[in-house]
Amino acid sequence: MSTTPPALEARGVSQVYAPPKRAFEALARRLGAAPPPKGIQALDHVDLKVERGEVVGLVGESGCGKSTLARIVAGIRKPTSGEVLVDGKPLASLAGREAVAAKLRTQMIFQDPYASLNPRMRVAEIIAEAPRLHGLIRGSESDFVDRALERTGLDPSFKQRFPHQFSGGQRQRVVIARALAVNPGVLVCDEPVSALDVSIQAQVLNLFLDLREQLDLTYLFISHDLGVVQHVSDRVVIMYLGRIVEEAPTDEIFARPNHPYTRALLAETPRIALEPRDFNPISGEMPSPSNTPAGCHFHPRCPYAMPICLTAAPPLETIAPGHRSACHLNKVPSPETTEEIQE
Amino acid sequence: MEQTLAVRDLQTHFATPDGVLRAVDGVSFEVAPGRILGLVGESGSGKSVTGFSILGLIEPPGEVVGGSVAFEGRDITRLPEREMRALRGDRIAMVFQDPMMTLNPVLTVGTHLVETLRAHRSMSRAEAGRRACEALALVGIPAPAERLDAYPHEFSGGMRQRVAIAIALLHRPALIIADEPTTALDVTIQAQILSEVQKLARSQGTAVIWISHDLAVVSALADDIAVMYAGRIVERGPAREVLASPAHPYTRGLIASVASQNQRGQRLRQIRGMPPRLLDLGAGCAFRARCDHATAACERAPAESAFAAGHHLRCFNPQR
Amino acid sequence: MSAVIAAPARRRLADSPGMQVLRQVARSKSALLGLVVLAAIVLAALFAGVIAPQDPYDLTQLDILDGTLPPGSKASAGFTYLLGSDPQGRDMLSAILYGLRISLGVGVGSAIIACIVGATLGLIAAYAGPRTEAALMRLVDLQLSFPSILVALMILAVLGKGVANVMIALVLVEWAYYARVARASALVERSREYIEAAECLAVPRWRVVARHLLPNCLPPLIVIATMQVARAISLEATLSFLGLGVPVTEPSLGLLISNGYSHMMSGKYWISFYPGIALLVTIVAINLVGDRLRDVLNPRALK
Repeated sequence: MSTTPPALEARGVSQVYAPPKRAFEALARRLGAAPPPKGIQALDHVDLKVERGEVVGLVGESGCGKSTLARIVAGIRKPTSGEVLVDGKPLASLAGREAVAAKLRTQMIFQDPYASLNPRMRVAEIIAEAPRLHGLIRGSESDFVDRALERTGLDPSFKQRFPHQFSGGQRQRVVIARALAVNPGVLVCDEPVSALDVSIQAQVLNLFLDLREQLDLTYLFISHDLGVVQHVSDRVVIMYLGRIVEEAPTDEIFARPNHPYTRALLAETPRIALEPRDFNPISGEMPSPSNTPAGCHFHPRCPYAMPICLTAAPPLETIAPGHRSACHLNKVPSPETTEEIQE
Repeated sequence: MEQTLAVRDLQTHFATPDGVLRAVDGVSFEVAPGRILGLVGESGSGKSVTGFSILGLIEPPGEVVGGSVAFEGRDITRLPEREMRALRGDRIAMVFQDPMMTLNPVLTVGTHLVETLRAHRSMSRAEAGRRACEALALVGIPAPAERLDAYPHEFSGGMRQRVAIAIALLHRPALIIADEPTTALDVTIQAQILSEVQKLARSQGTAVIWISHDLAVVSALADDIAVMYAGRIVERGPAREVLASPAHPYTRGLIASVASQNQRGQRLRQIRGMPPRLLDLGAGCAFRARCDHATAACERAPAESAFAAGHHLRCFNPQR
Repeated sequence: MSAVIAAPARRRLADSPGMQVLRQVARSKSALLGLVVLAAIVLAALFAGVIAPQDPYDLTQLDILDGTLPPGSKASAGFTYLLGSDPQGRDMLSAILYGLRISLGVGVGSAIIACIVGATLGLIAAYAGPRTEAALMRLVDLQLSFPSILVALMILAVLGKGVANVMIALVLVEWAYYARVARASALVERSREYIEAAECLAVPRWRVVARHLLPNCLPPLIVIATMQVARAISLEATLSFLGLGVPVTEPSLGLLISNGYSHMMSGKYWISFYPGIALLVTIVAINLVGDRLRDVLNPRALK
């Protein structure tokens, strides 16, 4: 049992967006007109641990809350409840220099390389701004920027250019260089290659793999592309509508997916196939986060839904070493359901 | 049997202040009734422009400058706009990546369908309403009769795309051109739409051109594949054939770089370099700067040649 | 380490977004014409002291016997009244050149000050709590619901005439547009990823606003400022025409037009006409450039 605290941890993190209070609506409600407004629960008591040095892949479709979770663990947003711990220390309890240091420990790589760079700043300034402000530059700033660019495979002679003069793949490298310039320990990557061309995706993914080795980094890697997640992750976490529904080591989850949603995802992800396949998709769509079903969020679409699934949210429980799943089916040892799971 | 669509040496150029951009530079392919052709390429490959060119939707500074497009045996390349409009929505339909390109946010879904129906055939409103209802049911929209009065913003992204497909299918077109229709949708919704399109193509004999950058999606859906690079088709043939024995270095590189085709944890096999700027193309093969097998012969642009049965290639050094 | 990848080689190092915008504006022929005319006008106004045959404010240079002479007549001092003279013997060309100074100065000056005031308030509204934001925005709505000429007249009635007072009035009339646009722009930019990145990098709040947010909120503000200069100039002209603007000793174009108005009926058109033309050309030139600027800076139009 390792005594090093996890590099990053989220405990009971919830994020609720309350609708803004409008004076007229308050008045209308007082007169009995409109019903009380419902908040949007983007995240529902999420517990996530990322150990030092591992790559955790976070998978989910739009509306599942993965981007919100990413921003919360990266320190960009504060959760409505719950806490985030960096190297074992709660972020909220730190102040001053310690708080800044903790914030710099976790850096974020964004999805859109066009929106994540200030279009009016030259690349050299983009990279050097934060290190300079926090006193992290030793020696000349110019050399610092050169080294940062070279580390991500960019030619330092172009450091005076503006972002719009680079291609998508190059911009993403600048984003990575900017993040690495403050010596982070953890990189939270929110769909970092989804917006890039296929042939460039491989290059940038290889860069991530190389950097992990060279700099001993820890990654929280978010992607909707199961193939990519399977390739880079040590462990995979599946989210649905604000909750974690399953997590396990990569090999385990792809070999023995347990939660019906995970199995549907794996079955429906197109892979390069040599035979045209017939699709048997699960019906329905993910409900809107403002209108979450009671009980298990997945029950309206689940082919194996039982009466208990409509009323009680299944807890995340260990079903095998390192493998946790939130499904009522796991607790029912009767022959019929065991058969269905083995289907 | 006559091909639904036969494109020969299509060329579409764009006049820009920095020079002529050859977005589509000599593209040829055929699509038979009931077959799905996957047109694969990255950004800048010219795949979307090809789709627009077939439909006559290219506007200045772009122009179709050469080649021919034969639809059901008839050359529609230089067809006057009036006749082209009669074809669009009736015999040839298009589905875009963003369904809001098809849907007017201030009109109900029912209005869209009824208008499209009555634009090409004369029928009563009641009849059109009935057909509209059927169309929505066909693409799997629950409670279609009530949804006719709903506005596009009341649907989710996946539903909107289904509505767009329903509009495309109204007149049982002979050809559907779909430009990245599921790229912006989730995996589970994408699977639903792919399933619908597959069923419809098979049951109604509609020819489909599915434009995408996603090899995996195309591989699951298409009967034939054409791979585009810098405005040209570099390889085309039956999907099984092209995927099992890709011959062009670009196709091979593309397949090899997909994560699921590589060993876990190892570096992905990658294509070096960057996609070229279309203005800087020059005379030879557009891929030679990134190709590990380029030779002196590649200084001249390769013409399309037959590699195997039905499998065409544009390369001097095909790989086996 | 992966191979070093070169960036596209054709762009120059001085390719800042500002230069790009200027080049794109100049691509439109009408905007280019507007730019050239504006440049000429500004230069003429700046060098009025050198170009003008006469200093129209220097009463010693005026000879009332030279009053109301048609264009082309010779003055007793020796130069030609190219555009005629007014009742006091002022050379119209000189008066126009000096008048342009006042008009441009007041227009540009008030637009810049209103922009600074309005943008600051707009940014504060975007960042402050909901109550402050609501209060500021209601103030903006209130301001914008009054016709600007009415507000300006009321302010000048209180403050009195004078160039400084006119500028104050114009600033108080115009700041609301900038505030509204700045707030809207800030709300959009605030949720963009590069701002999130700056927060992730623990960049202090003030620097995020000043160095990241503000420069990217500028494009719509610049467009508004350009159009507002034209509005300010014409508003000032109206006020001066009504006799409530600049004093008689420092006539702007509006006042010149006003002075000559009574002479229009007796055929001495040149006293109103030529300042009117100068005003028209200036405003049209600004509008041509402003229109093109708006198209260039509109992110959707660029796609």
